[in-house]
Amino acid sequence: MATISPSTGAARPAEASRPGRFGPYGGQFVPETLMPSLVELIDAYDIACHDPTFTATYDALARDFIGRPTPLYHATKLTARAGGAQVYLKREDLAHTGAHKINNALGQGLLARRMGKQRIIAETGAGQHGVATATVCAMLGLECIVYMGEEDVHRQAPNVFRMKLLGAEVRPVKSGSRTLKDAINEAIRDWVTNVKDTFYIIGSVVGPHPYPTMVRDFQSVIGRETREQSLAQIGHLPDAVIACVGGGSNAMGIFHPFHDDASVRLIGVEAGGDGVATGRHAAPLSAGRPGVLHGALSYLMQDRDGQVIETHSISAGLDYPGVGPEHSWYKDSGRATYVAVDDASALAGFELLCQTEGIIPALETAHAIAYAAEYAASRPSSEIIVVNCSGRGDKDLSTVATRLGMTL
Amino acid sequence: MNNRPAQHQSRIGATLARHHEAGTMALVGWQTIGFPTIQSSRTLVPALIDGGFDLIELGVPFSDPQADGTTIQRASFEALRQGATLSIALDTVRTLRSDGITAPLIFMSYYNPILSRGLERFAIDASEAGVDGLIVPDLPAEESDDLIDALDRVGIDSIFLVAPTTPEPRLRAIAARARGFIYCVSLTGVTGARQALPTDLPDYLARVRNVTNLPLAVGFGVSRPEHVARLRGIADAAIVASAIIDRMEHTPPETHVQELRTFAKSLRNAADGVS
Repeated sequence: MATISPSTGAARPAEASRPGRFGPYGGQFVPETLMPSLVELIDAYDIACHDPTFTATYDALARDFIGRPTPLYHATKLTARAGGAQVYLKREDLAHTGAHKINNALGQGLLARRMGKQRIIAETGAGQHGVATATVCAMLGLECIVYMGEEDVHRQAPNVFRMKLLGAEVRPVKSGSRTLKDAINEAIRDWVTNVKDTFYIIGSVVGPHPYPTMVRDFQSVIGRETREQSLAQIGHLPDAVIACVGGGSNAMGIFHPFHDDASVRLIGVEAGGDGVATGRHAAPLSAGRPGVLHGALSYLMQDRDGQVIETHSISAGLDYPGVGPEHSWYKDSGRATYVAVDDASALAGFELLCQTEGIIPALETAHAIAYAAEYAASRPSSEIIVVNCSGRGDKDLSTVATRLGMTL
Repeated sequence: MNNRPAQHQSRIGATLARHHEAGTMALVGWQTIGFPTIQSSRTLVPALIDGGFDLIELGVPFSDPQADGTTIQRASFEALRQGATLSIALDTVRTLRSDGITAPLIFMSYYNPILSRGLERFAIDASEAGVDGLIVPDLPAEESDDLIDALDRVGIDSIFLVAPTTPEPRLRAIAARARGFIYCVSLTGVTGARQALPTDLPDYLARVRNVTNLPLAVGFGVSRPEHVARLRGIADAAIVASAIIDRMEHTPPETHVQELRTFAKSLRNAADGVS
């Protein structure tokens, strides 16, 4: 099946006439120094998407390097345990490097090479996007520098080592909250400084236009496969699709191809941290208000003065105060529903999938699993729920062990 | 992109025009509101003006200063710890005005604190407090229509940045919206002191001159008297920011008034060609 389906410029009815806007959200809120590069990127991406050589190269590598298509798996034991709707898992954890992030890193890496940019920078939270980018750079022969918050460097040590093995330089970021948000700030500063020869591979559906659209396009392979596999394996579309949302790339990747299928409920699961009521969480769609961070207008966790506030989540990949602008539009338009799952419930979801299905999910993914189990229990057994199993949990073993009071 | 309406000359415009007529270069200084304390601007802004700065940029601290290098970042984070906010920045301007400061005061703020307050409300509050201009480093021309409208209604100059990477059509579009002066970012990078200014600065400034009659102010990396001296004859104003914060970080707070006055004088002499 075709694995790339670009849509730049072709605004859907739900999108505003202005490119790069999703309703009122999105835009290009960046220093002037970067604006010419964004214009260059918009053009280069548009041309690449319509070049059969580019799309054929992507498709071949998606198949042979990433291992696409990933399976759609009927999780019968999880279904039995939940006691309701049928739960299926879209197995992005089986993609090369263990998460969906590689779908986007490959696309942007190929685009960078095509644009003649030899120096790649990226930010990473959990390390999954950093590993995916380092992997693609190793394969394509590109220089790779990954910015990672100092706190995340500690809690995701195995991924730091993987990036180094793959030849990337990992730069710990010591400013601000020393997590994903600050890693993006630092990557933007690098980009401003080295814009002539540097390509910034953003890892989620965030940032200035064209990034939210471009990343969504590359990740939409997840939803397109899910749609086709549902029709082939089940005979009809699912009733609900559930995915975790940090920046929101795995969620938008699986949601977007179902946008026009009104019968399919789309549910995004944010990180509830200690509980949304405590204020210590990472759930901007559940408890934030619109603001501008990292180049786009979107829901944002901020105080009354417009300062971005620190987030809390057991999962480094969801520990981010913003969210992709298209999710903000899905929320306002009612196309998707967003809920929050706290740390304790996510841990329970993590253990649940390990024990019922023999699959160790990423802690990010565990948020979606936890909500899916609860949601499935409330629905009849005739209904179909697809959960995006966005990544595997090897990187999280020490975090989980510590939480469970064990030592490795 | 709309053309600027005919307006009476702003305080910024008048100050720069005065220098233009005298054949001298203006100096733009910097204070981060709330650094090192909420009160410090009240004595340090007059010290900068005393020493020879003509216009003052007041940095409104933000949690995510993506266009700033380490110096302004540190000052910004410390200012936030001190409790500085946009409201406190407005209070500071009111206090400076009631203290008799008449020099143009320009806010430099990232977009979100302004958006969070509301564009209309910000414009009215800033105008009433005595703010003359606004620079928003993460708001390119494409996103600025609503803010320019709000600022035009109250007579605050919208100051835009151009960069060495800005191609001519963009330069023209930005110049058409700019008020007060054009902020020419000297280099491709973030704020912060540098050893030397880029060698191609004269060509770059000539490209900007070619599209506008507005005064050109050069900032980013301008940190020493010799840098200011190099800008004589090619720029209308030199903007010095991080170098001021650097001085403050390396000296005890009780000496800051004297330190900044002395530093300002050395820059003033360089601007005037006095050795």
